[in-house]
Amino acid sequence: MKVGVVTFPGSLDDRDALRAVTAVGAEAVSLWHGDADLRGVDAVILPGGFSYGDYLRCGAIARFAPVMDALVPAAQGGLPVLGICNGFQVLCESHLLPGALIRNDHRKFNCVDQRLVVQNNQTPWTSDFEVGQEITIVLKNGEGGYVADEATLDELEGEGRVVFRYAGDNPNGSYRAIAGVTNERGNVVGLMPHPEHAIEEGYGPSVDGLKFFTSVLKAAVNA
Amino acid sequence: MGHVVIDVMLKPEILDPQGQAVRGALPRLGFEQFADVRQGKRFVLTVEGDVTEEHLAAAREAAEKLLSNPVIEDVVSVRAATSHDTDPGQ
Repeated sequence: MKVGVVTFPGSLDDRDALRAVTAVGAEAVSLWHGDADLRGVDAVILPGGFSYGDYLRCGAIARFAPVMDALVPAAQGGLPVLGICNGFQVLCESHLLPGALIRNDHRKFNCVDQRLVVQNNQTPWTSDFEVGQEITIVLKNGEGGYVADEATLDELEGEGRVVFRYAGDNPNGSYRAIAGVTNERGNVVGLMPHPEHAIEEGYGPSVDGLKFFTSVLKAAVNA
Repeated sequence: MGHVVIDVMLKPEILDPQGQAVRGALPRLGFEQFADVRQGKRFVLTVEGDVTEEHLAAAREAAEKLLSNPVIEDVVSVRAATSHDTDPGQ
């Protein structure tokens, strides 16, 4: 199974994402923002960082990169896509996911071991979790506040499309403590915290992040 | 050279942490009379020659597609710049 990781100018966590893919035995494929080519991968990760310097709005310029011309239709066609942090912002700007991310309500950059509750294990990125399971992975961003209008939030809740919720104190003012969501079809998932930084003992708060990657591996095998 | 001025503001229901930071600083300078601050963005697009209706139409499209995110922001205005916009000292 091949999992692609897109590198935009300003991506930071693409190497860790590639490494996490390799750690579960999948083939990691580097994808380049300037190429409208997904190189035959079975799933795509949009990594964290500060694409295009976060100018204009986080993810707003990356959305129009050539690789997105290939990715958007593929995602609409069912390709598993995971957006982490800046990747989540890109997915929202691309309208592959609803809502938007704004500056943390306390205006400080967060860098914490964050507890999350898994709310949906029906996506290709979360099938190895149990619903209600608590996991701890790193949250590190300045613009992680998830916002959407009330109707959209109600729709997300009603359709079980809130995939992760912050446990304990809300770390950034996200509406309804939403940490991650999925699209209607369930193949596109975005979240602010970083599973790729929690895959190895001694490096990060847990190895809970591994299950994102084992999940998608299983999804590809079963596809 | 003509200029098109585009103003974008966060929707009223969206929290504006930057505006709140500014709001918090004003009283420290003695400005006690401002109950709230919302911070927006202005874009100035330059065109060759005078601004035409076509320029304004393209600017409106750019404002909706790239310069604003309709989920959280409103395009407040798209208009040809006046001499006051380009040289406030006049």
